[in-house]
Amino acid sequence: MARVWRFEDDVNTDLIIPARYNQTTDSRELAQAVFCEARPEFASAVQPGDIIVAGENFGCGSSREHAAIAIKAAGVSAVIAKSFARIFHRNAVNIGLAVLECAEPIDHIFDGDEVEFSLERGEFRKLSTSEVVVTLPLPEFLQKVIRAGGIVPFLREHDVSELIA
Amino acid sequence: MGTLVEEIIGRKVGRAVTPGEIHLVDIDYMMTHDNTTPLAIKAWREIGKPIFDKQRIVIHFDHAYPAPNLKAATAQKEILDFIRAEGISNFFTQGICHQVMIEEGFIRPGGVVIGGDSHTNTQGAFACLGLGFGSSEIGASWVTGKTWLRVPETLLVTLNGTLSPGVTAKDVMIAVLGQLSASGARGMSVEFNGSLIRSLPMHERIVFANMSTELGAKCGLIAADETTLSFLEDLVEIPSHLEEIHPENPVYAKTVTLDVSQLAPQVACHPRVDTVRPIGELSEVPIDEVFIGTCTNGRYEDLEQAALLLRGRRVHRFTRTIVTPASNKIYERAMRDGLIQIFLDAGCTIGIPGCGACIGRHGGLLGPGERAFTTMNRNFTGRMGSPEAEIYLGSPLAAAATAINGKITDPRVYLLTEENYGTSMAV
Repeated sequence: MARVWRFEDDVNTDLIIPARYNQTTDSRELAQAVFCEARPEFASAVQPGDIIVAGENFGCGSSREHAAIAIKAAGVSAVIAKSFARIFHRNAVNIGLAVLECAEPIDHIFDGDEVEFSLERGEFRKLSTSEVVVTLPLPEFLQKVIRAGGIVPFLREHDVSELIA
Repeated sequence: MGTLVEEIIGRKVGRAVTPGEIHLVDIDYMMTHDNTTPLAIKAWREIGKPIFDKQRIVIHFDHAYPAPNLKAATAQKEILDFIRAEGISNFFTQGICHQVMIEEGFIRPGGVVIGGDSHTNTQGAFACLGLGFGSSEIGASWVTGKTWLRVPETLLVTLNGTLSPGVTAKDVMIAVLGQLSASGARGMSVEFNGSLIRSLPMHERIVFANMSTELGAKCGLIAADETTLSFLEDLVEIPSHLEEIHPENPVYAKTVTLDVSQLAPQVACHPRVDTVRPIGELSEVPIDEVFIGTCTNGRYEDLEQAALLLRGRRVHRFTRTIVTPASNKIYERAMRDGLIQIFLDAGCTIGIPGCGACIGRHGGLLGPGERAFTTMNRNFTGRMGSPEAEIYLGSPLAAAATAINGKITDPRVYLLTEENYGTSMAV
């Protein structure tokens, strides 16, 4: 069982992690500062496996990879949104954080909802109502990167030309 | 063939491309700065393979330079160790990365530059495909020299008409943001064209490419014409031959047309870039800090416009006013031409060339409850320090007028009194 952390549209990288916390590459330190101003309770209350469900344009703003790292290191298993800002989406894939676009409305999903999430099937089920939310599959080459654990482990084992074969 | 982004990617891969296709593309330069280099180094080390071409790596210290605290100092020392050990020659500490990339001749029409900074889009003003990337992928590109790109759809923004006095490229771009919203071009290439764009000098074209990021765009591009080429040729010795690049038989996913002739100065209100109002509607909002600078509006001509209003006047005594030239070259010229003296006489503080107060780590942080009027491109909550502070965005002219009056002020109030307005200064 996982908990939903619900966010609205246009969650920007300064809300995910303000610039002054980006002076480290230590993922545990970044995880402690995640959403520190927007949702001060998040970092201490989030449990491994929880998911973020958000509206349009999640992760807009800066190119800072710290934002994706902080979310992953906090234990979040996937970010599911109506849409993503392009650099955040790329960053998440590159560090092996699942980022999935919803195929259907999520207006009935609320903060604190208890759900069962399956990365394999790309869907989650709201326990109270048994409603299922399905996500759109990522392009195959990005799934390869996520399966490898990110762009770094992928390139350790493969040549870049194998990415788009 | 196609829109500007299709032209540029098509030239790189040697055939016509269409939106939706994924290509592996050769990168001309991979840029990072003090904030994004450490994670790139970490990724490169973990991959454990040699650097493909050291000449293509460009590293800048601009976000917090010289280091304002021990953490930044430690990180910069570690970057320097890497630069020395690997023999990276393209290392710069003379201003904002996007400006220094232009000044040092890394930018040319048809080029592909990826940068560990979301405003790498700036280079689109030269029909150079500038793309913001995260650090790990840049560290990966040090090894591969390539990146995958999805050919984006193109949104054409046609801007026609003539700007009235006191209205600048920044006001037009803020109006475009108000119309299209912060996700209005999400993942797309935005192409700016029209009689206004074609008439503008490079420092004003740059504002559109730079703030295409705020539309959520992948890139913001402007055709490379005579203006582009003569600007680049005057700047530095460009080794290779420069070519004009124009869209050819383009198909646009969406088009927007705006006539700017009646436009008033515009302000993006805290905390969203797309909450836009004409400046006259905000005239009673008191301002604690004015910040003139950044990759959007820290160029010589921007400072010249601010100086036009500040000459012979003083800034409000409770409005600290910081002027931060985008680069040392701009600083030097502003000093030579007397602009710095005008700012000092007016009671301004001159910042160290670089990103300055824009990233909220040094050079003019905001305290709780304070309100800033800046020439930046972003006004997110907490961006400049306290999450309880507010940020308003506008042009250098509006920022100067606001600094004098201590509250948000239409620059035309002061411009009307400038006898030489419109003759000696190109506004």
